[in-house]
Amino acid sequence: MSAISIKELSVTRGKVHALQSVTFDVKPGTITGLIGPSGSGKTTLMRTIIGAQAYQHGDVEILGKPAGSAQLRKKIGYVTQSPAVYRDLTVHQNLQYFASIIGAKKNQITSLLERLDLTRQRRQLAGDLSGGQLARTSLAIALLGDPEILVLDEPTVGQDPILRDELWKLFHELAQQGKTVLVSSHIMNEAVHCHRLIMLRDGKLVANTTAVELQKRTGSRDLDDAFLALVRRGVAS
Amino acid sequence: MSIRRTFATAARVGKQLSHDHRTMGLILFVPSLLMTLMYFLFENNHQTFNAIGGTMLAVFPFVIMFLVASIATLRERTGGTLERLLALPISKLDIIFGYALVFGLLAVLQVSIALVVSTMWLDLNVVGSVWNLLLVASIDSILGVALGLCVSAFARSEFQAVQFMPALVVPQILLCGLFVPRDKMADWLHAISDFLPLTYAVEAINRILKFETVDDVFWRNVAIIILAAIGLLILGALTLRRRTK
Repeated sequence: MSAISIKELSVTRGKVHALQSVTFDVKPGTITGLIGPSGSGKTTLMRTIIGAQAYQHGDVEILGKPAGSAQLRKKIGYVTQSPAVYRDLTVHQNLQYFASIIGAKKNQITSLLERLDLTRQRRQLAGDLSGGQLARTSLAIALLGDPEILVLDEPTVGQDPILRDELWKLFHELAQQGKTVLVSSHIMNEAVHCHRLIMLRDGKLVANTTAVELQKRTGSRDLDDAFLALVRRGVAS
Repeated sequence: MSIRRTFATAARVGKQLSHDHRTMGLILFVPSLLMTLMYFLFENNHQTFNAIGGTMLAVFPFVIMFLVASIATLRERTGGTLERLLALPISKLDIIFGYALVFGLLAVLQVSIALVVSTMWLDLNVVGSVWNLLLVASIDSILGVALGLCVSAFARSEFQAVQFMPALVVPQILLCGLFVPRDKMADWLHAISDFLPLTYAVEAINRILKFETVDDVFWRNVAIIILAAIGLLILGALTLRRRTK
C-alpha cells in the first residue's frame, strides 16, 4: 500500500490554478523530494496532504484515508516554511506544549533536543534563536509522537552545511524506521539525498523520477542544469 | 473536547504572558490608574465620580480585555501556530477555552485590584455588596475576552482587529445608559441597546451602587452576560478553520 496516494489532484486558490491534475504515489519508508521553483505549488501540495488545503478535484489518500481525516492528525508531522513556533516561549516550553497536545512522552523532548543540537538553547526564548535554530525547533515539534508521515517544507533552508548534512542523516534514519518523509526544496542539489523526486512547475508535475535517472535522461551531471533541460524540453513539446 | 488539552493550552498562554512583564503590568494596573484619573477629574463633584466611576469598573476592563484577547489570538493566526495546532488532535474549543481561562483569570485579577483601589483609596461609595460588584465587573471583562476572541476570527491583520474596537465596543459604551439614560433614548436606539451585552452589565452595576440588596432583574442580567460570553466563545471556536479554500 502507498503511504501517500494522489490522483488527478487540482487545487484552485482564488483565480490561481495552484495545482493541475497532479498524480503520484509515495511508498512507505522512503524520502521523496518535492522539487520546483518558488510558486510551483510545493507548499499547496503539502498543505493538501496534511489536510489544511481544500481541493476541488481528485483524490488524496494518506495511509488509506482521505486527507484531512481526524485519525490522521496524530500520524502526520508537518513543518511549515516559516517556523510555526511560539516565539515568546522557550524552546523547551514549545516542545512541552505540543507534546501534551499530541500525547508524546516527556523523555522524547530531551532526546529530540539532543538530536537536533538544541540542548544548549532549551531555555532560550524561541524569538531569540537564529534562523537555523528556530527551524530545527519547528522540526523537533513535528517529530514529537513519532508520526508515520513527515511533511517538511524547506527544512534545510538557513542551516549551515554541517547541520544540513546532519538533517539528511536524520531523515534517512527515519525512513529506515519505516517513516515516510516528504521534503520540499528549491535547491536542486539536495535532490541527490532523496529516493524519489517529484518535480513541479506552475502547478503541474514535470517529472516523477530519481536523481540518477534525471541525470541520464538529460545528459547533465549538475542537477540544476538537468532540471532546466527538463523544463525546456517540456515547453518545446 | 479534552480537559487535558484545554489546560495545556491555558498553561501555555500563561507562560507566554509570564515572559512579557510589560503586558502583564498594563493588564493588571491600567484600570486602577484610569479610576484614579477619574477621581481627580471629579474631585469637586464626588457624586458624579461615584455614579460614573462605578460604571467604569465594568467598562474599562471590558475594553482592555477585548483588545488583549483579540490581538493575542490574531498573533496565533498570523504566526502560523494556529494552522499547526489545527493539524493536530486538538479540538477548537480546547484552544478557545484555553485562552478564555487565562484571560478570564487575568480579568478577575484586574477587576479586583481596581475595586480595592477604588473603595479603599478613592472613596468609591458602594451601597450594595462589593462582592456583587466584583462578580459583575469580572464576568463583564470575561465578556470582553469572549468578544475579542470571537472577532479576531474576522480580522486578517492587527490593523483590522484594532478597528473592531470603535466598531463593536464604542457603540456599546455609547448606548449602555452611561451618557443618556436608556429610557430617554429614541425607541430604535433603546431597541438596539437591548441587544448589547454591556447594557446589562452597566444596569446591574447601577443597582449595586444604589441599592443595598439585589433583585431578580440583577440576577437575570448576570445570566444574560454569562450566556452572551459563552455564546461568543462557541462562535469564536466555530470560526476556526482546519481547512482553507
